[in-house]
Amino acid sequence: MDIHEYQAKEILSSFGVTIPRGGIVYSPETAENKAREIGGSKWVVKAQIHSGARGKAGGIIVCNSPLEVAQATDKLLGKKLVTNQTGPEGKIVNRIYIEEATDIEKELYLGLVFDRSSESIMVVASTEGGMSVEEISKEKPETIIRSKIEVAVGIQNFQARELAFGLGIDQELIRRASDTIIGCAKAFSELDATMVEVNPLVVSKQKQILALDCKMSFDNNAMFRRDKVSELRDKTQEDEKEVFASDRGLNYVSLDGNIGNIINGAGLAMASMDMIKLAGGQPANFLDVGGGATPDKIVKAFRLITMDEKVKVILVNIFAGINRCDWVAEGIVQALDKIEIKVPLVIRLAGTNVEKGNEILKNSNINYIAADTLEEAANKAVKALKG
Amino acid sequence: MAVIIDKNSKILIQGFTGKMGSFHADEMIKYGTNVVGGVTPGKGGQKHLDRPVFNTVKDAVKHTGADASILFVPPAFAADSAMEAADAGIKTCVAIVDGIPSHDMIRIKRYMRRYSRTQKMTLVGPNCAGIISPSKCMLGIMPGHIYKEGRVGIISRSGTLGYEAAQQLKNLGIGVSTSVGIGGDPINGSSFRDVIEKFETDNETDVVLMIGEIGGPQEVAAGQFAKENMSKPVIAYIAGLTAPKGRVMGHAGAIVSAYGESAIEKVEILKECGVTISKNPSVMGDTVKSVLGKI
Repeated sequence: MDIHEYQAKEILSSFGVTIPRGGIVYSPETAENKAREIGGSKWVVKAQIHSGARGKAGGIIVCNSPLEVAQATDKLLGKKLVTNQTGPEGKIVNRIYIEEATDIEKELYLGLVFDRSSESIMVVASTEGGMSVEEISKEKPETIIRSKIEVAVGIQNFQARELAFGLGIDQELIRRASDTIIGCAKAFSELDATMVEVNPLVVSKQKQILALDCKMSFDNNAMFRRDKVSELRDKTQEDEKEVFASDRGLNYVSLDGNIGNIINGAGLAMASMDMIKLAGGQPANFLDVGGGATPDKIVKAFRLITMDEKVKVILVNIFAGINRCDWVAEGIVQALDKIEIKVPLVIRLAGTNVEKGNEILKNSNINYIAADTLEEAANKAVKALKG
Repeated sequence: MAVIIDKNSKILIQGFTGKMGSFHADEMIKYGTNVVGGVTPGKGGQKHLDRPVFNTVKDAVKHTGADASILFVPPAFAADSAMEAADAGIKTCVAIVDGIPSHDMIRIKRYMRRYSRTQKMTLVGPNCAGIISPSKCMLGIMPGHIYKEGRVGIISRSGTLGYEAAQQLKNLGIGVSTSVGIGGDPINGSSFRDVIEKFETDNETDVVLMIGEIGGPQEVAAGQFAKENMSKPVIAYIAGLTAPKGRVMGHAGAIVSAYGESAIEKVEILKECGVTISKNPSVMGDTVKSVLGKI
């Protein structure tokens, strides 16, 4: 789960990371006042969307008066911002963060992630802040320094110190920089984060260490014990169909193609998408109804797929284990009793009681194309598309 | 003797009396698995499915001599149960449960470092289908009848894609020595490399089929291990050619976040390691067959 910049800043600030003064607004009317409240003579108006690279997309505006702040807020609110990370449809701006401008002396990079090779938390830092970590590792890999956190004891002072010195930070600021790194590491561990990124982390001309932009992501599997974090979810930043799916316990990712598919199991779903592509088609989505493929989930899956206007053919591929094909087939028949399908439907069942399952489908009034293998299913779906 | 588990394995069900635990314990018993009892804290002393229920894993081990267990406890309590099994001397523990927080998985693995290599429990999963050695032992939730007994070792992150492979092999008359589902999470108990190493020394396995997917470094690590240490042929299929970068594809671990983690990159690297690639998921069986024909 992702959260907004201002939310990440509030969290990190509570862990001892220094952030510039700022405040959140939802309307231009309150923006002017908020700017005065924050004080100073220069402000940055920042569109709050779940994406990086907002600057290049026009989502960050520097202002020299409270009036300009109000104008910039008016300009951004309600707009869809398209960055190189949002996809062409962009993301809606519903919240604006106003922040006092910072006199930057130095821009640094600080990130924490799970390192899957060493199965630990890795701190990554670089003197080349402001660029994405991918860009840094491509263009200036020699500037990257890393430190592995031993989760049993947490980050140690010496590790934070080494990183701070490694970043070339002035002697008198080492303590502040170390505390910043330690704060980020504690937030990561204590809140079940999967990613913390401060980019850039800046040294200001006034000799402050400030987190200028922050990003945090959290482990969806840990939300049961993170009430406060899960409240920060902003569904307006997610694909509408993906929200529908996640609310109903389905794993769904919206894609660009026109063959909708309903599969049980994530691996089989990816494999089926691959087969569609090899057959010359393009998947409209990834959809895993879970290994069990219960009738209830199948109904929900059909509802979801029929919401997508791009879908011109639907492919159902279920490998039934303990759940048995006859039971799955009954689920499909029930679903199609409730939901009208206007596009060709290809169904492939495999596994336990496959003959019984196919018999049930055949004897129902469902209009569908039957397939025996993964390959046949993909080929028939692509053929149905071409008419 | 099969890898990891065999006919003599004494199996304990953790979360025995719950709905999931009861259903799958029954399936395992019907398959012929030697289920010796189960653990549900607070229900010790009762009988369930004709087998004793214990309050703690230690009690169960003391009274039944259990050496393997399978977890059917909710994700919030799964880490605790896995560590309890490790501490009670269980040798193999399969975690079926989907949804264990990654921070908990790291904690389990760090906790297990207190045991020496020979004393350490093998954890398989979480978020997996389990292990089956056809006709010997089923420690999982798979449909046992789709696995024919034979000499192909299977390792798969995905459950249903592993079933697909077993079915394709069976249709070709090819059997499986052991199939291990290592699960779809970013941090798991046993990696491809851990299991492939076991297959190399298993005298009942001739070739290994590895079914991977996007995300993480494990398929590549196994390929490199195979190149340097394996005498047995390795075949691989990697799912997710069409998966977009940076998105989680159902499995928490199926996300491309670094070089070498996309399906195309993994395939390229595995080829360089001498691994035979199954070009698409519908020819996994045929690819294994052609490799078997060459040995």
